[in-house]
Amino acid sequence: MIIEEIMHTDVVTLTEDATIKTAIKMLEENRIRHIPVIDENNHLIGIVTDRDIRDAKPSIFHSDEHKEDLLKPISTIMERDVFTAHPLDFVEEVSAIFYEHNIGCLPIVEDDKLIGIITETDIFHTLVKLMGAHQPSSHIEVQVENITGKLSEIAAIFKKRKVNITSVLVYPCKDIQYKTLVFRVQTMDPRAIIADIEKEGYKVLWPNMPGVIE
Amino acid sequence: MKEAIFVYSQDQLSYKFNDDHPFNHLRLNLTYDLLQDLHALQESQIVAPRIASDNEIALIHDKQFIEAVKAAGKGRLSPGIAANYGLGTEDTPMFANMHEAAALLVGGTLTAVDQVMEKKAQHAINLGGGLHHGFRGRASGFCIYNDSSIAIEYMRKKYDARVLYIDTDAHHGDGVQWAFYDDPNVCTLSIHETGRYLFPGTGHVNEKGSGKGFGFSINIPVDAFTEDESFLEVYKTSVREVIEFFKPDVLLTQNGVDSHYYDPLTHLSATIDIYKEIPKLAHELAHEYCDGRWIAVGGGGYDMWRVVPRAWAMIWLEMINKRELVTGDLPLSWVDYWQKEAPVQLPTTWSDPDNLYPPIPRKQEITEKNYKTLEKALFHIRNEMKMK
Repeated sequence: MIIEEIMHTDVVTLTEDATIKTAIKMLEENRIRHIPVIDENNHLIGIVTDRDIRDAKPSIFHSDEHKEDLLKPISTIMERDVFTAHPLDFVEEVSAIFYEHNIGCLPIVEDDKLIGIITETDIFHTLVKLMGAHQPSSHIEVQVENITGKLSEIAAIFKKRKVNITSVLVYPCKDIQYKTLVFRVQTMDPRAIIADIEKEGYKVLWPNMPGVIE
Repeated sequence: MKEAIFVYSQDQLSYKFNDDHPFNHLRLNLTYDLLQDLHALQESQIVAPRIASDNEIALIHDKQFIEAVKAAGKGRLSPGIAANYGLGTEDTPMFANMHEAAALLVGGTLTAVDQVMEKKAQHAINLGGGLHHGFRGRASGFCIYNDSSIAIEYMRKKYDARVLYIDTDAHHGDGVQWAFYDDPNVCTLSIHETGRYLFPGTGHVNEKGSGKGFGFSINIPVDAFTEDESFLEVYKTSVREVIEFFKPDVLLTQNGVDSHYYDPLTHLSATIDIYKEIPKLAHELAHEYCDGRWIAVGGGGYDMWRVVPRAWAMIWLEMINKRELVTGDLPLSWVDYWQKEAPVQLPTTWSDPDNLYPPIPRKQEITEKNYKTLEKALFHIRNEMKMK
C-alpha cells in the first residue's frame, strides 16, 4: 500500500509570517497537532507542532506576561529541517521513519510542493486494517518449519475449504527452525480447517491450549 | 395483559443451511418439547411469528442486499456476486427460499416486540431470533437478516422507545453494535469471549460508540476459559450499572448460549448455572426499570443437545415465574424421546455434573483480568454517575 492512498490532502497550512497566536488558534480549532509552513509557491519550508507552541507559550502562572511574544511570526519557532515523504512511498517505509525518528507527522511532498500530510494515527489505523482486525474473522496460528513453501501449503487448505483469508502475518518463533503463521479467516466455524491443517501434520498453536482442551 | 408469550412455529425450522452446518434450529423443537413435557407452556401462551415485510427489513438492510438474498433463495445469484454479500460462503451458504426463512425469524422478533409494546404481554420470547452478526449489506457468521437490529429500529420509529440491548452470546454482538454506534437512544452491552482469537474479532473494551452515541456501546470481552463466577460477576455488575445509567423504556436480551464448556465453537468454560442467572436478573430489572417490558431472543448455541434446550427453557421458566421447575431431573419422556436422535448422551438433570471439566490453569489471573476489563468498560458510566 502506498502513502497516497491513506494521506490527507486537505492540509491546514500557514505562511512563515503568520503569528504564533494564529497558529495556536488553528491547532485548537482543527484539533490537530502539526501545521506545515509553506511559501507562496506551496513549497514546504518548515513545520510548527503543538510542542513548539507549548515551548513558546508563557507558563500558565505568568499567562498575562509577555503577551507580545505571541504576536511574533512562526518563523521564529518553526522547525526548518523537516522529514518528508513521497506519495509513492510504501506504508512500511513511512512507518519505519516514524519509528526511528520518534516523530508524529510527515508532510508529503511531490515536485517540492506540499500535497498532503500523514500522522501517526493514520499509520495506526492502516495497521489495524492490514492486520484484518476490522472485519469479522477468526484467528488461527500455525507453527511451520522455516523453509520455503509452507505458507502456500497452508493457504491451499484454506482455498480447498473456500474460506477467505483477511490477513496473514509471519511471526518469528523462539526456535529459529520454525515460524508462526497467523491468519485471520472469514469464518465463524474454523473447526474443519483446523482438522485439515492438523491432518497435514502441522501444529496448530491456537485454538489449542495444553491441559485445557484436547 | 398476559405475563409472557412464546413466539414459535415449526416453520422457523426452515432457516436451515445444510445438514452439516453447526447452526441448526432443531434446537427450537428440542426446547419447545422440553417445555411441553414439563407442562410449562400453554396453548394460549404461544403466538405464531409473522413474516417481516421488505420495508421492515429495510429499516436496517440495504435494498440491494434484500434483493440478493431473494435471488439466492431462488438459485439465481451468481457465486461471485453472492460473495460480495457474504452469501454462498461456508458460514452462510445459499439455500432454497432463504429470504422467506430469514424474514420469518425477523417477523418473530417483531411479533414479540408488538406483543410487549402494545401491552398484550409483559414479556415475550422468540428463540428463533438473535441473529446478531447480520450487517446492513452483508450476511455474516450464520446470520442473514439481523432481527434484533430491525426490532430496535422498529421500536425507535414506531414506539419512540429507548432500548437497552444486552447480548450475552460468546461472540461479540457486532451487527447490532455497528447499527446503533452513533445513536444515543440505543445502548448496546455485549459480554463475550475476547476477539483476540474468536470470531468476529471485534468488541474491544474501547469500542464505546461515536459522535452522539459515544458511551452507549459497552463491550466486556472476557478471557478464554472464563468460568461461572467471573462471568456472573461481570454480567451482574455491568447490567445493573448500565441500566441505572441508561434508564431504558424496554429491554431486549440476546440469549446466545455458547459460553458453555461443551460448546464446540468457543473457548469459555461456563456451566449451565449461568443460564439460570442471566434471565433472572434481566427479569428483575425489567420490572424495576421498564415497567416489565422485556423481549428475549435466542442466538448462538452449538451444543444443541446437551446445552441449548435446558438453557433456553430456563429463560421461559423465568419469564413465567416457574423457576422452581429448574431443579432435579429432566422429564424422562423428553430424554427418552430425543436420546434416539442424539449423537451424544443427553443430560438427565437440570444441573451439570460436578467436575464437568478439569481445573483451569491460571484461573486467578483470568478472573483478575476480567475484573480489570469490567472496570475499564464501566469507567465512563461510573464517572458520569458520580457527576450527577
